[in-house]
Amino acid sequence: MHEMGIAAQVVQIAVDSIPADMPKARVQQVNLKVGKLAAVVPQSLLFCYDIITRDTPLAGSRLHIEEVPVTARCNDCGRDWTVEGPVFRCPDCDSGSIQLTSGQELEIISIEIED
Amino acid sequence: MEVKVVRKILDVNDAMAAQNRNAFGKQGVFVLNVMSSPGSGKTALLERTLSQLSPEIRCAVIVGDVATSHDADRLAKSGAPVVQVNTDAFGGDCHLAAHVIGAAASDLDLSAIDLLIVENVGNLVCPAEFDIGEDARVVVLSVTEGEDKPVKYPLMFRVCDAALLNKIDLLPHLDYDIAAARGYIRQIKSDMPIFDVSAKTGEGFDAWIKWLKKTVAAKSTAAA
Ligand SMILES: Nc1nc2c(ncn2[C@@H]2O[C@H](COP(=O)(O)OP(=O)(O)O)[C@@H](O)[C@H]2O)c(=O)[nH]1
Ligand SMILES: [Mg+2]
Ligand SMILES: [Zn+2]
Repeated sequence: MHEMGIAAQVVQIAVDSIPADMPKARVQQVNLKVGKLAAVVPQSLLFCYDIITRDTPLAGSRLHIEEVPVTARCNDCGRDWTVEGPVFRCPDCDSGSIQLTSGQELEIISIEIED
Repeated sequence: MEVKVVRKILDVNDAMAAQNRNAFGKQGVFVLNVMSSPGSGKTALLERTLSQLSPEIRCAVIVGDVATSHDADRLAKSGAPVVQVNTDAFGGDCHLAAHVIGAAASDLDLSAIDLLIVENVGNLVCPAEFDIGEDARVVVLSVTEGEDKPVKYPLMFRVCDAALLNKIDLLPHLDYDIAAARGYIRQIKSDMPIFDVSAKTGEGFDAWIKWLKKTVAAKSTAAA
């Protein structure tokens, strides 16, 4: 529901990341990592991105979202696994004492500039 | 040409949240972020919670709402200072962001407050993503909502330190399976403290108030 705000942040960071010696650079693609547990719907983010980039140096660029699966580690037995459904318990020893090792990412990884 | 960036998209919010946390910490203010769907009873719970904490714990409230000041008016009756934030002014946002809390807190005398309670905007998705500089988070679920809300909104239940199951006075009139609701919460977070309460009758408040006092005290002891 706050995808427009997220898209605005992405644009801000991406524009700030254009190298200073390339003021006319055309950005072709922006690469994000979005965890499956993050409160962001990729489809809405793509939609907002297209609208919000219109009058910016990112106009016409593509937003590429890599969705990151939710993974966890058991604090009791050390098992690592991918959390597929909404059950945050160790599949081996049933412990609920776990830590999430991925799935909450909301990161901008890189921008791609036309050579 | 690929230019590496590697930045958190919400790093501006995270930095503001760290600034808030630092400012609250310096003044010895404990911050509680209260979240739920609209209508779960956050304001009603806070009205009763404020009356039970006062005068032992000096409270203030920041209440977020998309529009109107109805909740602020209800909460101000407790005598605690209340700051109303209409997120409309910030683009009709679905959550309170750290900079909004920072600005609202500047209207409060932090040195005269032990506990700052933030009633977030009614929404089980977005507020879970935005750190506001709080010390603890609680989620309110009412027995008039589906038992399976926790598994539909797992992030919210993962990031919270306690859950309140509100409106238990209505249980005799409903087919609500409270054991199932508890089970779903524990499926997301196995050690979650869960308090069955009624903001209307006050049932169950002793355990909730005891937990809240203990949690607030634990921070001031750690800081001393
Ligand atoms: N029966 C009953 N109604 C409640 C209880 N708590 C809140 N309500 C009612 O639920 C509605 C929404 O409550 P409110 O505190 O405004 O919810 P908020 O949107 O989460 O702040 C109001 O009509 C309240 O009177 C409760 O424990 N029992
Ligand atoms: Mg309210
Ligand atoms: Zn295990």
